[in-house]
Amino acid sequence: MSERLAVRKTYKLFIGGAFPRSESGRSYAVTSSKGDFLANAAKASRKDARDAVAAARKAFPGWSSATPYNRGQILYRVAEMLEGRRAQFVAEVVDADGVTAKKAGELVDAAVDRLVWYAGWSDKIGAIRGAANPVAGPYFNLSTVEPTGVVAVVAPPTGPLLGLVSVIAPVIVTGNTCVVVASERAPLPSITLAEVLATSDLPGGVVNILTGSAGEIAPWLAGHMDVNAVDLTGADADVAVRCEELAAENLKRVLRPPLDRIDWLADPGTDRMTAFLETKTVWHPIGV
Amino acid sequence: MFEYAPAPESREIVDIKPSYGLFIGGEWVDSQGENHHKTINPASEEVLAEVAWATEADVDRAVRAARAAFTTWSALPGSERAKYIFRIARIIQERSRELAVLETLDNGKPIRESRDVDLPLVAAHFFYYAGWADKLRYAGFGRRTTDGHSGEDPRPLGVAGQVIPWNFPLLMLAWKIAPALACGNTVVLKPAETTPLTALAFADICRQADLPPGVVNIVTGAGETGAALVNHPGVDKVAFTGSTEVGRMIARSVAGTGKRLSLELGGKAANIVFEDAPLDQAVEGIVNGIFFNQGHVCCAGSRLLVQESVADEVLDALKRRLSTLRLGDPMDKNTDIGAINSAAQLAKIRELAEAGVNEGAERWSPACPIPERGFWFPPTVFTGVAQSHRIAREEIFGPVLSVLTFRTPAEAVEKANNTPYGLSAGIWTEKGSRILWMADRLRAGVVWANTFNRFDPTSPFGGYKESGYGREGGRHGLEAYLAV
Repeated sequence: MSERLAVRKTYKLFIGGAFPRSESGRSYAVTSSKGDFLANAAKASRKDARDAVAAARKAFPGWSSATPYNRGQILYRVAEMLEGRRAQFVAEVVDADGVTAKKAGELVDAAVDRLVWYAGWSDKIGAIRGAANPVAGPYFNLSTVEPTGVVAVVAPPTGPLLGLVSVIAPVIVTGNTCVVVASERAPLPSITLAEVLATSDLPGGVVNILTGSAGEIAPWLAGHMDVNAVDLTGADADVAVRCEELAAENLKRVLRPPLDRIDWLADPGTDRMTAFLETKTVWHPIGV
Repeated sequence: MFEYAPAPESREIVDIKPSYGLFIGGEWVDSQGENHHKTINPASEEVLAEVAWATEADVDRAVRAARAAFTTWSALPGSERAKYIFRIARIIQERSRELAVLETLDNGKPIRESRDVDLPLVAAHFFYYAGWADKLRYAGFGRRTTDGHSGEDPRPLGVAGQVIPWNFPLLMLAWKIAPALACGNTVVLKPAETTPLTALAFADICRQADLPPGVVNIVTGAGETGAALVNHPGVDKVAFTGSTEVGRMIARSVAGTGKRLSLELGGKAANIVFEDAPLDQAVEGIVNGIFFNQGHVCCAGSRLLVQESVADEVLDALKRRLSTLRLGDPMDKNTDIGAINSAAQLAKIRELAEAGVNEGAERWSPACPIPERGFWFPPTVFTGVAQSHRIAREEIFGPVLSVLTFRTPAEAVEKANNTPYGLSAGIWTEKGSRILWMADRLRAGVVWANTFNRFDPTSPFGGYKESGYGREGGRHGLEAYLAV
């Protein structure tokens, strides 16, 4: 008896909670680290990028006003869903990165743990970043943090799952919504992660994922006037400079690419959250 | 209305030199260029002094001096840096009357404001940040992403290039220099071209405090000098307060250099008055919001959003109150509204006010005698303003209030946030839950509820969206000057 022929998955984009193909009809061949054909991924167009920004903007009021407790629970739910698909992600990371199954298992476990770690930050970041300010006068004065808005994220080219989770979680846990440009070379785990996100009670549009040419898509997002911030972690040096220049047009907050290679297994610290937070200070007189 | 006898402050207390050089490496030096500029009193157009407009070579010299001083200054124990900054704060208090008079002469703001608002805040800012200099390890920035270790003192950035505006010349200097020095940075500061004198007086204060040479350098000049400073490769950190237009240019020029950047830019704040507000207090708040410092305030409440049911009542009271404001000699202690800072700014205000009339809004000013010499603009209120009008969208930076109305809290939020800016906002209502509901939804860095235009060194200040990024003041203000 012949071996059963596998049913392959079509990898599409993730916009507003749905999985559309690129409106341009473009796709590109994705290969494993050994050069074997894996799948055709969608090659997002400028229109796709704009649609993704519109979806992220639409999702922002609801997500940013959800209680931190609720956001934390949803991130924890993402971790649960990821854990349940462990074997699938191990296989995809082995294909994408060429690492051993054992190493891939460690990376997937770390991605799950990273989500759990960030989930717990949702209702604590305000306590360490806010302040009651002792002004010299009869005023109540309180500083609190709020999400910046729509963040465009250029995911790292390496670490197709752990790196990706490590840039998405800190952006959304505080109430931002995002448009993520997936690793160009290894985009497939990002779309599988989208399937996890789509089944984790995460409202549609909070995370939108585009696959394709990062050099094309990132500048479109960096120049988009309804994007509030850009995370250039995964951008090549020349693309990053171009994006930073474009970001100046509406004074986007910019998280520049790291100077050294990031160890995604290390303690991430709070910087990736605080880069996309605004501080609001409210004054009120005290009197009878 | 009562007649007031003139009550002029004496200018005897200030000693303005006929010309000033640059303050570099603890010395007064001549500019290497030939470009000198007269700074004038905007209330009389009288020439006060001549200052150098620093060239690229001058800026280079200043940055080198700051770099040379950085090694020793950053290595000083924080407690020693603190004492220098405390000394500066004390000298500012001792010379506060002189500095207030100098500020009013060069800027045109009423002496009452420079004496009672600017100078006390300047001294307080230095006092506040002086105390941080030896406590940085407790500021919560100690844990580093890259190595995961904690406990190290956060490090300064290096040489800070700082460019400040003309609306609060010495206060903006304090906001820039105090946290920079406390964190162990050295600075090159460029004051605005129309208001260099208090920054030059500050150089003398640094000398009186025996501040090590090169820790503070002051280079005077206009936009070209500022550009030379911002673009100098020896600068590690750029801090700018000014227009959004220039802020954009700076953000673009800093791209790819790795320089750290903080920007405090323009605003178009909504001051929102609900029908249940304490209306007399609200009217005072509206006046303070837009006519304080002639409206030359980035966080000015330049859009009044008043609930429709009380619009007539509020406007009548506002007009009555504006009729009692006294415009004129800034040195007179009874003056409420001083001079517009420059001919260029006056032209800009006039242009936008004319646009308001041309676009169909209704213009009103109290009967208000205008002095013959100097730059003046009467307090002005526009009613019937639509959100699409230029006077509702663009920062006027003058004593011009645009009035819009709303019916529901949701409409007020919608209109208040309908701007690319996000610096400040005001809410007037007696209902506590509504204040918090509104404050939650307003996309602005500072929200004043039942008050307006309050400032304090412990309170972070800065904007959302195109009003810039980074915060000045409070623990938050340290972050802009530390390698964290």
